[in-house]
This record gives sequence, structure tokens and C-alpha cells, in this order.
Amino acid sequence: MSQPTFYVSPEQQIKDRAEFARSGIAKGRSVIVVRYENGILFIGENRSKSLHKFAEIYDRIGFAAVGKYNEFENLRIAGIRHADVRGYAYDRHDVTGRMLAGAYTQLLGMIFSAVMEKPYEVELIISEVGNQAEGDQIFRVNFDGSITEESEYSVIGGAADLIGTALQDTYVPQMSLAESFKVCLAALAADPRGRDVDVDALEVAVLDRTRTQTRKFQRLETHEIRELIEAKPRKAQAKKTDDDSMQ
Amino acid sequence: MNTDEISRVLLADPTSSFTQFLGRTSPEFLPVQTLGRSGGDLSPTATTIVAVATEEGVILAGDRRATVGSMIAQRDIQKVYPADEYSAIGIAGSAGLSIDLVKLFRVELEHYEKIEGTPLTLDGKANRLASMIRGNLGMALQGFVVVPLFVGWDRVRNRARIFSYDPTGGCYEENGYYAVGSGSVFAKGSLKKLYSSKASLEQAVIMCIQALFDAADDDAATGGPDVLRRIFPVVVSVTAQGATQIPESQIAEITDTVLAGRMTRPDGPEAQL
Repeated sequence: MSQPTFYVSPEQQIKDRAEFARSGIAKGRSVIVVRYENGILFIGENRSKSLHKFAEIYDRIGFAAVGKYNEFENLRIAGIRHADVRGYAYDRHDVTGRMLAGAYTQLLGMIFSAVMEKPYEVELIISEVGNQAEGDQIFRVNFDGSITEESEYSVIGGAADLIGTALQDTYVPQMSLAESFKVCLAALAADPRGRDVDVDALEVAVLDRTRTQTRKFQRLETHEIRELIEAKPRKAQAKKTDDDSMQ
Repeated sequence: MNTDEISRVLLADPTSSFTQFLGRTSPEFLPVQTLGRSGGDLSPTATTIVAVATEEGVILAGDRRATVGSMIAQRDIQKVYPADEYSAIGIAGSAGLSIDLVKLFRVELEHYEKIEGTPLTLDGKANRLASMIRGNLGMALQGFVVVPLFVGWDRVRNRARIFSYDPTGGCYEENGYYAVGSGSVFAKGSLKKLYSSKASLEQAVIMCIQALFDAADDDAATGGPDVLRRIFPVVVSVTAQGATQIPESQIAEITDTVLAGRMTRPDGPEAQL
């Protein structure tokens, strides 16, 4: 009878942990975060109307996540707390997407390499909308704390590669909201497990720089998503101004 | 970030209150809790705030003066702010603490809304403010009294409401109109004669400007409209469409009309018997 070995090399350990996290993330549906002419669009399949994948972190900063809900919910709250404390102690302008993305990479990196903890099965996108299009930023943070800055769009979740490839062929910079919505919707269909994505199964949010309020994040409601689907190309885009922005 | 900090960030008690979270993690950022001596003369005092509610919405307005004793400390202080998208707050009393409290209260409302995904009810916001005022009781006893006036649009009951406070954190709902601060007695007397619940929102703004004028007329600590420097009251309106600060140009125009009326009758419009 062979003796069980207890030694696991660090390389193997990291590989195992990464494999574990990846397989967890692969189970979830993907989401796309993409730049359009007036800001940043968040779109993904989500059958729940209350367990959101997208969230407002601060005035100009949005959050998108895939993976285990309780884990990214924890991270979302940690981000809001971090941002609110920073904005209260210094100034609202001192809260930036880069700072938050930095905090998330540190946090996820620590959790990933802490032997006593199981790695988080999540991927995040932190996005900040600028006053001008040049100021828009999209950061993608992985389960192991690695971070990349994306120039135009980012896809996370189970079928991220397939959807990313599909988006690469159709994405054009500076599209209107309705156009980029359509392009993303088509790209989401590249998920091999994809069902017909109907309005009720979509979660859509925007960081809209043209909004007059300081808080630029806005979740689109079902009727607004329907308007986007029905919008004719290069028509005036559906845009919400002042009603129900607290939802 | 070390492991302690991670667990502190991730495992802090599940509170949706920013004030509680700040108190546990960075209490040094909270407004001063105690001085150990009386020192009400350390900070300027901000004076009169008035509110008028009609069927359309509610108007909250404040004069611009801050005083230290008989000296005018500031001519253009802002004491009235939108608190979130459906409420507004005005504060009379010790200026430094008041401004800190407004700042904290605004973050508190936004923080709750972001974490819970839904805003507090208007009653919830009013009660939250009450407990923040109660937390300041120690400072109030040392001379730093902070007296807010809170107004908002109740999206459940579909009407505008006004809440007043006392320094121990008592929260009282007021009917129609109210005023706080050193000139409040005169402002309330003025509003009593001018108020009608059927008034339009624009008329409610005029009532507020008239009331602030009457307060400034009889209370040395309340500033009247400064026509030389073009400094006018700050006015916020809250309706079913949300809270907005009324542009200064519009307030200047209304104030000019009020002043023109006072040229012929300095005590303001005559009430019918």
C-alpha cells in the first residue's frame, strides 16, 4: 500500500486553486462592459430582477461581476464602503476607478494566495466614466488579483472568450447606446449554452456622462430595454433623464 | 492591505449605515463628539431656515448669514442642501458641526441606497437624522447646538412633508410650514399670515423669501437679501420629480419683486381681516 503524500508543490497548489476558481466562474453567464459615445454600457443575461450583477459604487464608477453571488456581493459592499469613506474623508473627486481597481486586486490577490482561504470564484470589472470619452476607463480584475486595463470593452464569465471574439468583429468605437446595445446582444448569443435572450432575462445599466446629476450610474428598466431593442439604427437613442433614477 | 484589513473590510458587521461603519473603522473622521469644556464661541452660528409645503411639493430656504456674537462671520454661507434625490436639509446652529452633519447625512442616505439597492423611506431618513442629532447631544450641552429642518417628497404617501428636531433628537412632523433658528419666531409669524396649502410652488418660494425678510427685519443674526453684493437666500424645491436647487437668477428676480413691494409697504403684504 502506498503512503499518501502530503507535500504539494507551490506550482501545483496555485494551479489547483486557479483551476478551482476557473471552473466555478465558467458555470456563470457572461457579461459585457463596453464604451459607447455617452459613456459605458453594462449588459448581461440575468434572470433575477433583484440579485444584480451590476452596481453603482460611486458617482462615476460602476461594478460588474460574475461568479459566486455571495462572494461578489461581499466585494461590492467592500468597494462601496471603501469609496464612501475615501470620498467623505477627502473629497468626492478623490475617489477614482483606478484606486478602486487597485484595492480589488490587492484584496483578491491576498485571498487567492491565503492558504487557509478558498479562492474567490469571481471576476470583476470596475469602470469609470470620464467627463469626455478619453477619460473612460475599464479595468478587469481576475480571481487571483491580476488586473488588466481594457481600452474599449471587456467580457467576463463562462463564455468570455467566445463572446469577446464575436464582439471583436462587430465592435466600432463611439456607437450610440442603441447600436452598441444591439452589437452586444448579438455577441452574447455566441454563448453555446445561450437561450434566446429575451427582455426579462437581461440586466442593463449605463454610466451616462450626459446625466445632469453627479451620480452617473443608472439601471435601465424593462420598458427602456424594450425601447433599445426596438430602436432603429442611427435614431435618437432612448435616454432617461430624471425619473426614477433612485431605483 | 494585510489579512487583518481584509477581514475588517469583508467581515465588518453587516450594517447599511455609513455612520456606524465609519465609527467602527475610522472614528477619527466622524464629527467631534465631545470637547470636555463649554466652547460655543468657537464656531460661528448659522441662523434662519424656513420651509413651506404645498400640494405640489415643498420649498426649503435659508438666509446666508453666519455670526460670531455680534460680528458677521460670513455673508454667503450655504445652510440649505438637497440631501438626496427626494429630500432636502437645512441647518441652523453651530456652523462647523452643521456642515459636517449635512455632509455625513448625505453620504449616509446614498450609502444605504447603494448597499440595499433601494432608498430609505422618507420616515426612515427622518429617523436616521434624529439619531444623528441625538449623537450630538453632548456637544449641544457644551454650546454647539445643531437644529436641522428636514423636508422631502414621500413617495409612498405621495405628498410633501416637513420634519423638525430638537437637540435631544426628538423628531416632529410639522403641518404646512415651519422655521428654525434665531429668526424663526419672526419667520413663523410671517408665514402664519401668508400660508395657504393651495398655493403654487412659486407662491411658496415667495412666502419663504417674505418670511426670511421678516426674520432679518427683526433678528440681527439673520441676513436679509444683500442687494449690493447680489447675495440671495438659497432655495431648494422638492416635488414628485425630485429635489433641485432653484437657480440664483430666479431667486434674485423674486427677491427684487419682494423688495419693490416693501418699498411701498415695509412690513410686507397686508393680510385680510
